[in-house]
Amino acid sequence: MKQLILSALCLGTMLSLAPPLALAQDAGVVKLNKGSNLLERDGTRLPITVGSKVRVNDRVLTGADGSVGIMLQDNTMLSAGPNSTLQMNKFAFDTTTHAGILDASVKRGTVAVISGKIAKATPQNVSFSTPSMTLGVRGTAFIIDAGQRSE
Amino acid sequence: MDLVIVPLLALLVYVGVQSTAVTERVVLLPDDAGKAGVVVVSTANGEQVLSTAYASAQFSGRGQLVAGRDEPDQVSARYASTLAALPPRPESFSVYFASNSITELTPESGQVLNRMKAALASYPAPEITVIGHTDRVGRLEDNDALSVKRAATVRDFLLGLVASGTLIDIAGRGEREPLVPTADEVPEPLNRRVEINLR
Repeated sequence: MKQLILSALCLGTMLSLAPPLALAQDAGVVKLNKGSNLLERDGTRLPITVGSKVRVNDRVLTGADGSVGIMLQDNTMLSAGPNSTLQMNKFAFDTTTHAGILDASVKRGTVAVISGKIAKATPQNVSFSTPSMTLGVRGTAFIIDAGQRSE
Repeated sequence: MDLVIVPLLALLVYVGVQSTAVTERVVLLPDDAGKAGVVVVSTANGEQVLSTAYASAQFSGRGQLVAGRDEPDQVSARYASTLAALPPRPESFSVYFASNSITELTPESGQVLNRMKAALASYPAPEITVIGHTDRVGRLEDNDALSVKRAATVRDFLLGLVASGTLIDIAGRGEREPLVPTADEVPEPLNRRVEINLR
């Protein structure tokens, strides 16, 4: 699998050099999209559709009527409720060993998480944050509510 | 949603007041079996370990991170639209092959394929991974090739079911990942399989 080799290389690079992550790597795919939502990438905002790819450094911004469900490559499931901003800071996943890195921020609003294979294989590399809180995850489901605030 | 964040907070957002007044919360959810994992929540001045279903941690911008427990009904109501947006869970199906065959499936496998077809329809923007396996009869290298051919057979079947452009990844693991561990050269029907992973 080409994908496997790419992510393995990526992971190797990240683990040896630590961040920053230079590659714009696909982290996941949008599976549900309700209302109007935007994907911010490199300063540009595009409408989200089912099937949209979410990459490292992307921001998902949901509207007042919006919600978005995302499946990450390691089977982590994320959903952002209305008026939410979710940023994918780091992602890498080795499909053979299931080792990886997942780091995402909830800047505002609400995100539900069902953790995936990375949290099983390398839980120390999974972190979520809000403006004031950081979360370490040991394989589980949870909701992060960063409160309502301006973008 | 149902983010029933009270009007007071909405007002504060409106005037642009940031982290000093916004309440942030984390709520641990039960998994399908009703159990919960562990989330460690930290702020600049405190830490809470959440390890039971509906345990919560709340931070209001100053002071301590407050531990609590939410009512399941309230969580479902308050976060309804967020929870409803979670993607369908991935599912896995296995079909089994006759000895040394790349085309002949066991009779039960036809029913599995029917179930898989029904499930496939419920996945928006489906991603499919097909992984072939063999038992330990024959040479390691031959089994690597056989497992890829089995996976390709299943992929070709799947291509008839999905929209054009749908990506189907295939891989073969040969005899390297047996479902039932055996000595070398032992025929084992349960190891002659192809896994179809849907998400």
